Amino acid sequence: MWELRLYVAQRRTAMLMVPLILGHLAVIFYATGSELSASDILARTRGSIGWAAFYGAFVILAAVHGAIGVRTVLREWSPLEGRILDVIMVAFGAVLIALGARAVVAVVA
Amino acid sequence: MRKIYSMASTTTDPEMTVPQSGTLSVSVWRGGASGHYETFEVPARTNQTVLDVATWIQRNADPTLSYRFACRVGMCGSCAMMVNGRPRWTCRTHVSKVTDGGRLELGPLANLPVVKDLTADMTRFFEKWQAADGTFVPTKTRHDPIEQLSPDDPARVSANEAIECINCAVCFAACDTVRWNENYLGPAALNRAWTLINDVRDGGDAERLAAVAADGGCHACHSHQSCEQHCPKGLNPTASIAGLKRRSVRAYLRGEL
Repeated sequence: MWELRLYVAQRRTAMLMVPLILGHLAVIFYATGSELSASDILARTRGSIGWAAFYGAFVILAAVHGAIGVRTVLREWSPLEGRILDVIMVAFGAVLIALGARAVVAVVA
Repeated sequence: MRKIYSMASTTTDPEMTVPQSGTLSVSVWRGGASGHYETFEVPARTNQTVLDVATWIQRNADPTLSYRFACRVGMCGSCAMMVNGRPRWTCRTHVSKVTDGGRLELGPLANLPVVKDLTADMTRFFEKWQAADGTFVPTKTRHDPIEQLSPDDPARVSANEAIECINCAVCFAACDTVRWNENYLGPAALNRAWTLINDVRDGGDAERLAAVAADGGCHACHSHQSCEQHCPKGLNPTASIAGLKRRSVRAYLRGEL
């Protein structure tokens, strides 16, 4: 039932990301509409546990969701099959988490 | 040989015996996987199915042409071919509705190995049916009373909506996921599983749900809906597969899978 688990995980992460995506869009519209500078934004986000949790969760969910999707693409569009697909999925997800964590840290630390 | 004959000698239908003007240029796949297209000039008729065209070629131009048909009335599901790049049941496909400026291209069904010419090897297609547990599992004996089924029962309505499949494999040939994922069970097998899961007389749901939720099962479907688009019976296998996804996820969340 590995495929089913991945299917459910991808749908769950998608559902959880919906409010985060809407929140992220709202932030973008607010920041650009209010003509906030980079320093204005950093002043609001630095040291904020709330923003760290918001974007930290976003990064993890996007990494899990995207990595499962990449596995499916490789399964269907490349000659790869079997265990190597899972290895690539985990590696890709880890890279996304690392890159995302780096960005979150830069904004909130 | 490209000689053009009248169809008058092969039919007694008055309309069909009236010679029509013009010819069709018909490219037909010849040989196995490494074959080629061969062009035949076939008389154009007012009422003419694609299967008529294949039959004309075999009877009048090249008797070695291999193709498959049986009932000729859209019931047996054996005459499906690729017609101008799309899978169709040829016995009920009128040439006038699919011809491209008097040109026809006939090939064996996609996503299946070619046996010869227009004949595809259906083994893989039917193996998928078995892999999806598409066999009815009886729950009663001949000594039990006949099960009373209400046609209004929601499960029966779902089963009836999907039950008229004729196993023509048009959906299998049209499916992108079948082409990309050789483990994928395909629309027809999953549609069949859905009818059985909704059949209150069937007792194989647990095993069947596990079979359709395994690797290559219903969750591999991308809902492109090519099966619905091409199904000659107007069925919607995508909806059946969506039903299997809901049912299997529910069973998984309940710890039953």
